[in-house]
Order: sequence, then C-alpha cells, then structure tokens
Amino acid sequence: MKTARTVLSVLAVTAGAFAGVMFAPAAAGAESIVVQSTTSTQNSGLFDFILPKFTAKTGIEVRVVAVGTGQALKNARNGDGDVLLVHAKPSEEKFVSDGYGVKRSDLMYNDFVIVGPRADPAGVRGVQDVTAALATLAGAGAPFASRGDDSGTHKKELHLWKDAGIDPQKGSGQWYRETGSGMGATLNTAAGMGAYTMSDRATWIAFKNKGDLEILVEGDKRLFNQYGVILVNPQMHPHVKVKAGQAFIDWLLSKEGQAAIAAYRLNDQQLFFPNAES
Amino acid sequence: MPDAALCTETDGLLEQARRQSSVLPIECRRVGICRGGRALLDSVDVCIDGTGLTVVLGPNGAGKTLLLRVLVNLVRPDSGWVRWAGTPPDRTRAPRIGFLFQKPMMLRRSVLANVTYVLSAAGLARRECNAKAGEVLALATLEHLAQTPARLLSGGEQQRLALARALAVEPDVLLLDEPASSLDPAAALAIEKLIETVRARGTRCVLVTHDIGQARRLADTVLFMHRGRIVERARAQAFFDQPAEQSARDFIEGRIVL
Amino acid sequence: MQEFGAAFGEAFRLVTTLDADLSEIVILSLQVSLAAVGLAALIGLPLGAGLAVLRFPGRGALVITLNALMGLPPVVVGLLVYLLLSRAGPLGELGLLYTPTAMVIAQAVLVTPIVAALARQTIEDMHDEYLDQLRVFGIAPLGMMKTLLWDARYSLLTALLAGFGRAVAEVGAVIIVGGNINHVTRVMTTTIALETSKGNLSLALGLGLVLVTIAIAANAAVMALRASAKRFAYA
Repeated sequence: MKTARTVLSVLAVTAGAFAGVMFAPAAAGAESIVVQSTTSTQNSGLFDFILPKFTAKTGIEVRVVAVGTGQALKNARNGDGDVLLVHAKPSEEKFVSDGYGVKRSDLMYNDFVIVGPRADPAGVRGVQDVTAALATLAGAGAPFASRGDDSGTHKKELHLWKDAGIDPQKGSGQWYRETGSGMGATLNTAAGMGAYTMSDRATWIAFKNKGDLEILVEGDKRLFNQYGVILVNPQMHPHVKVKAGQAFIDWLLSKEGQAAIAAYRLNDQQLFFPNAES
Repeated sequence: MPDAALCTETDGLLEQARRQSSVLPIECRRVGICRGGRALLDSVDVCIDGTGLTVVLGPNGAGKTLLLRVLVNLVRPDSGWVRWAGTPPDRTRAPRIGFLFQKPMMLRRSVLANVTYVLSAAGLARRECNAKAGEVLALATLEHLAQTPARLLSGGEQQRLALARALAVEPDVLLLDEPASSLDPAAALAIEKLIETVRARGTRCVLVTHDIGQARRLADTVLFMHRGRIVERARAQAFFDQPAEQSARDFIEGRIVL
Repeated sequence: MQEFGAAFGEAFRLVTTLDADLSEIVILSLQVSLAAVGLAALIGLPLGAGLAVLRFPGRGALVITLNALMGLPPVVVGLLVYLLLSRAGPLGELGLLYTPTAMVIAQAVLVTPIVAALARQTIEDMHDEYLDQLRVFGIAPLGMMKTLLWDARYSLLTALLAGFGRAVAEVGAVIIVGGNINHVTRVMTTTIALETSKGNLSLALGLGLVLVTIAIAANAAVMALRASAKRFAYA
C-alpha cells in the first residue's frame, strides 16, 4: 500500500534521526569537559580563538555553556560543569568557601565602559569619575538600561550606583530600565531606545548593532573587571573530570594560555588582559 | 425449502432442526425500550434459529431496526433479556453474527483490506486472509476493485463489500438492516441476489425492510412490527395471502399505518 | 528596512554557499526535532487513542489537563527537564545534560501533549463513525485503538506536523538543556538567539528566513499528503 510505505518511511526517518542524535557523540570518542561561562565572554569570540589551541595540544574538547553569571554559578553548584569561568569575584569566592569549588585563580581582566547616544543629552562624555557620571545621569533622568539579571556586570553596576549614593530602584520603570537580559540583549535594547548602559568592553567591541551608541565614559579604576577560573569540587560532585578540567585551568594560567588570551584581537583591539599569578 | 424456525413454544410453527452454533438460537424475551415516555419496543419476544430468511416488516418507526440492534447487542434493553445460545451476549462471539447497516461503514482502506481486516481479527494468517478475501470478493463480483479505496466505491458496491466482509468469517446468522433502501434498483437487485445466495448456503438470515416487494421476494417467514410490538408472525405465503392483523393488512395494501 | 534587505542577502549567501556551519546547524535542528516528534508520536498517539476510545473515571480531567499542556511554555519545559537531568537532579547520573539527547527529551516533553491532544480529538471524531461497526465485528478496545490510529493516519500526520512546527521553532527548552554549545548542541533557534545577542541582526534574521523556509516546506509536504488522502477519500 502506497500510504503504508509513506508512513513507514516517515517513521524510519524519525527513528534514524533519533539514532543519529543518540549515537553521534559516542562516535566522537574524544575526551571533553564542560565549562560554565558567561555570555559576554562567549560573545566576544575569545573562546573560539583560544580553545582550538588547547584542544590541539591536549586533545581535550572544551564545551562552553554560556549563560548569565548567576546561572553559570548555579549550574556549577549543581555540578553541571567541570570548570567555572566568570567575572564576579565576590560570588566566586563564596562559591569556593561554600565548598563547591576547589580554588579560585585570577585569569584575566578587562574593563567596563559606559556607552550612550552620540548626542549625549545628559552630558557625561569624558567624565573621569564614573560615580559622578552616574549621578549626572540619574539627575537628568536619562534613560539607562540595566542588565537587571544578577550577573557580574549587574552586580558591578549596582555597586557603582551605591558608591554614587543613588538608589536607581526609585526610577525603575521610568528612567531606569531593567531588561533582565544578557549584555547583548541589553545593548540591543539600549540602542533601540537611545539609552545609556554599562557594558564590558569585550562585548561592546564585538557587538554589531551599536546603532547610535558610543563609549562616553571609560578609564575609571572602579570599572575594572576581573575574571576568575575555578575547578568544580570533585568532593561535592564525584563525576567531575578532575584531570581534564585541571589541565584546562593549568593551560589557561600557563604562559601559553595567557599569551593566547593576550593575542586575541577584535577590530585591532585587545579585549582581555591576562593577569594570572605567575 | 426448509422453514425458518421461530420459537415453537410461542408460535406453534414447525420446529426446524437446530444447527450447532455458539450464538444460535438468538433469543430475546419481554424486551422493552422506553424513551421520552414512549415505548420504542414493547415486550418483544423473538427466537432466531435454524435456517432460512425471516423478514422483519413494518412501517417506519415500528422498532424494526432497534430490535435488530438489540439482538446483536448494540443496544441494551431497559427490560427483558437477550441470549445467544442460552448465554448472555459477549464480545468474543460477536463475529459469529454478521450485521449489515443501512449505510455501509467502510474502513479507510482498500476494498481488499476491508475484508482482510475482519479475517485477521478472527485470527487467520496473512495468506489465508488474502485467499478467503479473494473468495468473498469474487462472490460479490468486486474482485476487480480489490485495490481501490473502499470509500470511492458507489453506494451499491459499498453495500456489496459490506456483505462480502460480513460473510468472510462465515457467520452463523446474518442480520441485515434495510441493506438496499438507499440503493438504486440495479444495486438493490445485486444485493438481493447475494442475499439469496447466502440463504441458499444455509446461513440464517434476518432482514429488516419496509419494502413490501422485497419482503415478498425474499421472505420465508415474516415478523410484522407495529409501534414497538410484533403484532404478527407467520410463514411468508400465509402472511401475504391472509394477514391476520388489520395493521398488517393496511400495510400490505399500501395504506399509511399510523 | 535596511535590515530586511541585509537579512535576505545573508540568507541567500548562507544557503547558496552551503555554509558548512549552517549545514551542521540545520541538520542538527532537524535531527533533534524529528527525533522528538518520533518520540512524541510513540507516546502521544496511543495515549490520544486510548483517551478517545476508553472510558474510565477521571478521563475528563485527564483530557482537560492534556489540552492545557499544549500551551506549556518551552522555557518552563526546559527548566523542568534541566532540573531532572542536572547532576543535582534525579537523573543526573545519566550525564545527559548538554547533549542532543537532552534536547530531544525536552522537545518530546513539549510536543507530546500536542500530539496526544490532537490525536484524541481526531480519533474521537472518527470513533463515533466506527463504533457500531467495530462492535459488531467483536473488536476489543485495544483493537479499536489500533484500527482508528491507522484509519486516521492522514489526520494524525497533520498532528505530527503541528508538533514538528512547535519543536523546530522553539528556543526556550533547547537552550537550557542543550547549553547552545558550538558544534554540539547549537541549533537554528539557539543560533538566532546567539547572533541576536551579538547584535548580528541581519545574520539572525537570515537564519530565521532559512528556518521559516524549512517550516513552509514541511507544511507543504503534509498538505500534498492530505490532498492525496482526499483523493482516496481517506480524509
């Protein structure tokens, strides 16, 4: 029966699809680790640049799960990863002290910048003191897009508001717009509504929808953004691939890894500055 | 032509030699069905056994179809009982009773597949199914349409297929609910011919119809129904020559029977 | 407006140059969603048929629940499956998180209610027509389910297509359980989300066009199938 054949072939296709999905990874055979990291690091393109070097050297495949910092920390707590690589030092240290991580090591740094519309209606361009700039923005009621997602960037932003003596929550929904999204989405939103926002430099440089936005405030030491790397504690989660995970961390902290990080350029700019303890 | 057997105790007709069957005799006693205050069936007694063809005759709304559906256990009576070979009806013996609906219900498959469906449900192996199906399709002169989707057939062809399908498992009794009423004369004739063949093979047949001509042509015995009751039972000859009941007389002579 | 033009250009370039990354992503998307629909069919079709044919206490509540589950937000499904498959969760030992298998499971969870609810509706409609005839044939309830499932095959194919459309277009579930890992669990929708977050709007839109084209092709295929079904009076 023609129809029977059609239906059976459809079922065969889906069964084949299922088999393909199930068995493909096994065919790969290579060892792999899962790294919980952040979307900003991923979107900058750093991993696409340095990971192949590591894999070529050790044969270990690195699978990066890029989510918000909060989610990365939670995932690592649950044991859904072998290595944690984020930029939220206080949270990272708590992660280790709570027993979920073995040891935290400084990896690299870059900085945050305040971006805003070219016309700069609030007049903060070139201001050296970032807290003063933020105070000006709040005073002017200029629209500001915040990550609002408990990420490293968000926590840094809140810290800066505090230092400026401002409670942005008072303007939430009016000039203070909490997107609850990643850096990219927040930048999209900021570009779309002509708002100011704080972004890490790496994401900003890599971002392709800048629209009318420009860097207006940069260089303040308080905009420093430190990245750390941690091995998930095998005592908490016995299945963690300790050897391979540690190999990755060791490589990142080694001269070779640090050089690879420094070598990464986007638009002729260096996005990350290695600062591991030697 | 051996006479059809009816319940001798109640009707005093000649008893016919009983066949060994798991469903015959099909009996119902004091069957009643009431809907909205009206008695659709009123204390009906029937006994189906032996061979031959019984016509259940009567005006529309007399309860003929309902009675048939009660006998085949599609409908549970509000009062009274139904028995197949002395025991209550059950699903496993249902295939022993062939049933034809007024409007044939075709599976969404080919003509052949419609027949092999019931055969494989009866437990036959694939090859036997195909062979037997070919047989009954030939009987119904449908073998040339074996691969055609059943639903594309004409009304008459579909009813012939339904009949072939019902006969494929060689039932002990065949119940037919106005099988030709929605068919054109040629198709109706084909169906009647098939029914006669079936009767000739010895399968007990019960045919519901309101068509007097058809009743005259096919009946060995007649059950005349009016307003939910069987008002007369008789041999065909006797019935058509000398109907005892007034309503029967009116019906035969073409008057509207209220 | 400029974005749209750029998007079409991107889509065209990607498809005509048979971009390797794109092919990989498209193939994985199809594999995951087809496998998910296959799984959903295995579970949902009998479930729908059973609900249509059988009568038991609580059936009504089950039908209502199933219909409601059709509207499950993908991101909620993703979250639930993540909690199930996470190392900290009950099925963590299986190590399925961040694999295509996890994505298949999540999408199957998403799609099964759709397939089951639509199957139930289709078969229930057909059940009325078939019931008396199958009863005089002496068919048991299980046999009725099988018969109706086969006879309703064309309508059920439409239900499966609806499921496929839902699966291939969702991002919330696969991104949580798959992790959008490059070359491993990256599918069309997660790539679109990623490129959007990188501000690569024309590329994202271009990929979106490719996705929509696939969806159109699938729908067209089933429409053709249904047309042929009508021709054979199977519909």
